[in-house]
Formats: sequence, structure tokens, C-alpha cells
Amino acid sequence: MNTRWPRIILLIHWVTALAVAGMFASGLWMVDLTYYSDWYKTAPHWHKSAGLILLALTLARIVFRLVSTRPAAYGNRLEKRASKAGHLFLYALLLSMFTSGYLISTADGRAIDVFNWFAVPALGELIENQEDIAGDVHFYLAWILIVTASLHAIAALKHHFFNKDDTLKQMLRLR
Amino acid sequence: MKKLTLALAAALSMSSVQAADYVIDSKGAHASINFKIQHLGYSWLTGRFNDFEGTFSYDDEKPSDANIMVNITTDSIDSNHAERDKHLKGDDFLDVDIYPSAKFVSTKIVEKGDGMMDVMGDFTFHGVTKPITINAKKIGEGKDPWGGYRAGFMGTTVIALKDFGIDYDLGPASQTVELELHVEGVKQ
Repeated sequence: MNTRWPRIILLIHWVTALAVAGMFASGLWMVDLTYYSDWYKTAPHWHKSAGLILLALTLARIVFRLVSTRPAAYGNRLEKRASKAGHLFLYALLLSMFTSGYLISTADGRAIDVFNWFAVPALGELIENQEDIAGDVHFYLAWILIVTASLHAIAALKHHFFNKDDTLKQMLRLR
Repeated sequence: MKKLTLALAAALSMSSVQAADYVIDSKGAHASINFKIQHLGYSWLTGRFNDFEGTFSYDDEKPSDANIMVNITTDSIDSNHAERDKHLKGDDFLDVDIYPSAKFVSTKIVEKGDGMMDVMGDFTFHGVTKPITINAKKIGEGKDPWGGYRAGFMGTTVIALKDFGIDYDLGPASQTVELELHVEGVKQ
């Protein structure tokens, strides 16, 4: 029997896919809320909470990924290389999003409350105008991430419909 | 006749003595620009601008000849909350990328006695220049312990955010902002 993706890695992958789309949309939406909106306080609170939980999941995912074996990859050498680079770039983008988001909210030393469940402490102001710089980084990386993730999805569909290989089926554990 | 001429000349030169020029001691932080605005009508939210500079000239004998100029770096706004400061610096409020500085230049000073003055001038804020009046009070002046000479004032004024093109809705109790200035100048 062929090697399959471990269930935990697939689970985190699909949770991440939903989260990235949801975080992108909620992030763009919440910064334009009016002061008297019911969501003015709740939306950023949930956005930050979800982001930090996704950070924990991503760190776990990287550990699982390093210690487990993966199913066969498809494509020629160049495609495999490009695929590897693309996936590393996605991981780097995710980690940069967590970092920049954290740095916005903790610039004045305030901790981040995760769903009123626990608080992640701040490191304080590490650079001058931290909330502004981290905010710009967070905004532009968000766009780069959503575009890269979309290309990632299109590539998966290309594998499925054009190359007719098992790449997408592996991710859905249909094989 | 000669004596009279001399006396006249002396009197003229006396009156033409320039009011002393002072530089606001922002370096030593003996000056601050604070603001406060109502939060929902339930309390006051206070904050300040940390980075500004200015000069004034003032002569105790002729307060109405005084003038003052202050330049504020808008991205130095500090309300003791980074997320709020980020919002305040963004395009809902100060839009500091486009309007990096605010400026007050006095045009006329009316003495009201007891060290009180109306300082009228043009305030440029958020790209809009409008005349405002600062209710000012002289706090004191004299020698400092390190060989210098200082004079200090405080002033307050109220501006409507809408007048300066800021229309983010903070609620009916939060249409205006009170500005409070404390300036101590070191004589040059």
C-alpha cells in the first residue's frame, strides 16, 4: 500500500485553508467597521485569537511534517523543485503573518487575549512605530498570501484535471 | 535741544527693542501638547503629541506684540494604546502619511489682563487651515538655575473634527477635541 498523508497533517491543512480565506476576508472587513458597529470590538478580538491558534496549529504541523513520510510527488524535476519552493514560501508567509499580526497588537506591551481563554504576553516595542510598520507588513503580506494560496489551489486543480494524477486525491484521502 | 534729541532717541531705541525670542523647550520636555475627547459621552479619553517644536516671542510689557509658532509631527500621537494610535494615524483620522504635520501660527494676540490672553491664529491640521483662538495664560517667567531665562504659558482651545475634514463617527458626544498646550520657552 502506498504511503498516505497522515490524517493530522491533512486536518491542519484544510483548517488552514479555511482560516486563510476567513482571516483575509475578516481582516479587510474589520478595519473599516464603524465605531458603533456591534463587531467593532468582537471582530478584531476573534481575528487575533484565531490567528494565534492557527500559529500553534502551524507549528504542530511543521513538526508532524518533519517527522512523518509523505506520499509520492508527481511531476518532473523542475516541477517538483518549484513545488517545494512554493510550499516553503507558503509556510514563510504564514509565519510572517503571525509575526506581523502579533507585533501590531503587542507594540505597547499589551498581551493578546485568545478568546478570553488565555493571554499571549507581549515582547513590548521592539522597533519604533512598530504598530504602523507591522501593520503595513501584515496588510501587504496578506495580499501576497491570498494570491499565492490561490495559485496553490489552481496548481492542485491542474494536477487533478490536466495531469490526472493523485495529488488532490491524496489531500482528500481518497487514495 | 540736544538733550531732548538724545532723550527722544533713547526713548525710540527703547521702544524698538525687540520682544525676546524664545525656543520652546521640547528637547527638555518642559512643554506638552495634550488632547482630550469624550468617549461615548461617558468619560474623557486623553492623549498627546510627543513630537513638536516651536518658537515664540514675548515681552511682558507688551503682551499683544507677542507671537507664537508651533509645528506638530502628527505621527507622534500617543494615546497609550498602540492599536488605537495605529487607527488614529490611519486615514479615518489624522492620515499621517498625507498630512505629516500640523501647525499653528498666531496672527493676533489680545491681552485680557491678569496674564490672560486670546491667542488668535491659523491652525493647519489634516490639510485644512482655519482660524482658531487659544485661551492662554502666562504661568511665569524668570531666570532658571542654569544661567538661562525662561517664560511659560498654558493654553486651551476646542476644535471640531468636522471643521478639519475628519468625519469618522465617534458619536454625538465626541464631535470636538480639546487641545491643551503647555509651553516653556528658553530665551535665545
